[in-house]
Amino acid sequence: MKKILGVAAAAAAITLSLSACGGSAPASSEAKGEINYWLWDANQLPAYQQCADDFTKANPDIKVKITQRGWDDYWTTLTNGFVAGTAPDVFTDHLSKYPEYAAKKQLLPLDEAVEKDGIKLDAYTKGLPELWVGQDGKRYGLPKDWDTVGLFYNKAMTDAAGITAEQMANLDWNPKDGGSYEKTIGHLTVDKNGKRGDEAGFDKNNVATYGLGLTGSGSGQGQTEWSFLTATTGWTATDKNPWGSKFNYDDPRFQETIDWWAGLVDKGYMPKLETTVGASMADSFGAGKAAINTTGDWLIGQYKTYKGIETAFAPTPKGPNGQRASMFNGLADSIWAGTKNPAASIKWVEYLGSTACQDVVASKAVVFPAITSSSDIAAKAFADKGTDVSAFTTHVKDGTTFLFPIADKAAKVDGIMKPAMDAVLSGKKPASSLTEANDQVNNLFK
Amino acid sequence: MTTLTKPVGSASERSRKTNGHQGRQSKRSLTSRMGDLKIALFFIFPAVIGFVAFFLIPTIRGVYLSFTEYSILGEPTWIGIKNYTAIFADELFWNAMGVTLQYVALNIGFQTVIALGLALLMHRVAKSTFIRGALLLPFLVANVIVALLWFWMLDYQLGIVNEIISWMGLPRVAFFGSEQWAIPTIAFVNVWRHMGYTALLIFAGLQSIPNHLYEVANLDGASPTRTFWSVTMPLLRPVLVLVLVVTVIGSFQVFDTVAVTTNGGPVNASRVIQMYIYQKAFGESDFGYASALAVILFVILALVAFLQMKFLKGNESDLD
Repeated sequence: MKKILGVAAAAAAITLSLSACGGSAPASSEAKGEINYWLWDANQLPAYQQCADDFTKANPDIKVKITQRGWDDYWTTLTNGFVAGTAPDVFTDHLSKYPEYAAKKQLLPLDEAVEKDGIKLDAYTKGLPELWVGQDGKRYGLPKDWDTVGLFYNKAMTDAAGITAEQMANLDWNPKDGGSYEKTIGHLTVDKNGKRGDEAGFDKNNVATYGLGLTGSGSGQGQTEWSFLTATTGWTATDKNPWGSKFNYDDPRFQETIDWWAGLVDKGYMPKLETTVGASMADSFGAGKAAINTTGDWLIGQYKTYKGIETAFAPTPKGPNGQRASMFNGLADSIWAGTKNPAASIKWVEYLGSTACQDVVASKAVVFPAITSSSDIAAKAFADKGTDVSAFTTHVKDGTTFLFPIADKAAKVDGIMKPAMDAVLSGKKPASSLTEANDQVNNLFK
Repeated sequence: MTTLTKPVGSASERSRKTNGHQGRQSKRSLTSRMGDLKIALFFIFPAVIGFVAFFLIPTIRGVYLSFTEYSILGEPTWIGIKNYTAIFADELFWNAMGVTLQYVALNIGFQTVIALGLALLMHRVAKSTFIRGALLLPFLVANVIVALLWFWMLDYQLGIVNEIISWMGLPRVAFFGSEQWAIPTIAFVNVWRHMGYTALLIFAGLQSIPNHLYEVANLDGASPTRTFWSVTMPLLRPVLVLVLVVTVIGSFQVFDTVAVTTNGGPVNASRVIQMYIYQKAFGESDFGYASALAVILFVILALVAFLQMKFLKGNESDLD
């Protein structure tokens, strides 16, 4: 009943919000008042609070109220806010979400402001600003940061296994036998009796430490799980990116890779999918239950906090095309079309996307800011903390990144692909079953 | 609502009877009835506002939305019964129904039997208020907290239950992670939370059974088992039916425990109907389709309640 009520209230409010976002900005064109700003990553909150304080110092008429919400609640609260008219003026936006919002006219195009205020888009790391140009050719966000994925490994474990950092940084992989990547994972797997995964008598049913940790099946993107492997086979998720409308989960290159990956479970090198419900992959790593985790650079800070564990970083392995690959994802700040205060909101977004704020974020060494010069500062800040982040920056330097698949109907694609991938990884179905899922996904775009 | 109006009506009847004078009664009763009606309406009014604003209108709107395509941002478009035909061809819907039924069977089966046992113990053995109160404790903890508590205790890697299992030399169990265990585990968590409350309702029913019946049964030499089946159960039936109707409806609507723990997974093993509705509406912004699912659930629940009342004769008591 509560839900239906919400819908009813939403319905009442929709006329309000729609009339608010049709036509031009209804509210004051003067840049003053209070702006609400939302983000989901608690690790970044201090940096952005600092930005907000600096911003208010420079613009005493504008106050910024920051709200942090966990990822899971963030998007439903935001959507409900759009309808109810309580959405924040400015919010951190994600590539998988903004196409739908833009299509539903919930985002304020920034083209005019960018032109008028002379924002230099080439100050941003190459490729990032274009991600935020919608299907209609309008710009819906100013980039704030980027991320790549890498191998996070337990230094004590690789030392004990006689694997050097040099070796870790130069792994190779192929879908047939897994290359030195699989050999290393196997060697780092240790069973209850101390036997390694590549030794005779290894008991795969009683594993103490897995070579590779598992966070989930990765749904249709596999950002941190498998995308860095599939990309090296020449496979892409969609026919074109951004705005693809045909997905390629039926491609043999993709299915071979997934088969190989799911096969690690049978070999005892990676935990079963059913065991990953609950404690996070990072916490299991912290408890010494896995030697390598593949994940994104935004978790560097968290992996560094586990007591008694020295985490080191290596770039993703080289694949059949002789190169590494990493999905390149970036966040941006967007303005809600229904904001009462567009002028102040634009000012704040421009400040967030400026060197001044991004240098502040960089100095906290939590993420890599979108502005190239700030990103270098962040790399230095990480280095000062004793963290070598070259594993993540190398992709940008060598141009081995590929874009997060941006497409319409992302939530529906996810609704089909998550259970389908879960079924494959849990060994219930072979990877060839993904062809059927792919048909379902492609039917969404017909 | 009917339960509210009924006592008012019967109270007026009673006052009429005490009046006694037959001749004046019809005249008086009309005015007094009109007077009662006004007062009744006055008292019902706040509840009616609530009912109309929070139940009637949303339900009608929900039914309307089920015939539309509606993504919440934008206007609903009328598409006739397309949502319904799509649902009947939707494998995930049938899966959700199957999963939900499995949950209801496990949940209600265990919960009712355990609660009945507890109620008998409360009635016969545990007479201290403290113990009776303690049985109700799990019910006083919020659903989400209970779900989180068990989620951590039953965790595969770090949970205390699996630590104990593994200490006893048995293989660890992926309670929430494996397809076989997910629904039974969720059902168990909710049995644990609700059994005390259900027991309390049944206990109240037990107390309404006159003691002399037991004395007679005793004199006739009936065994305790025989007494239970021939005296307790038949007389408890109206209360049990009420408890069953309420708990079965509640059980069909299981959502929070699933949302907090498995989120419908692994694969689709715990994607109960409410979870599926939520996912369609708030995850995929398909409010029309979700409304149609909700209407179907509404019809099913109405049918279940009707059948239960009809065949278990919940509105009649054997005491009369």
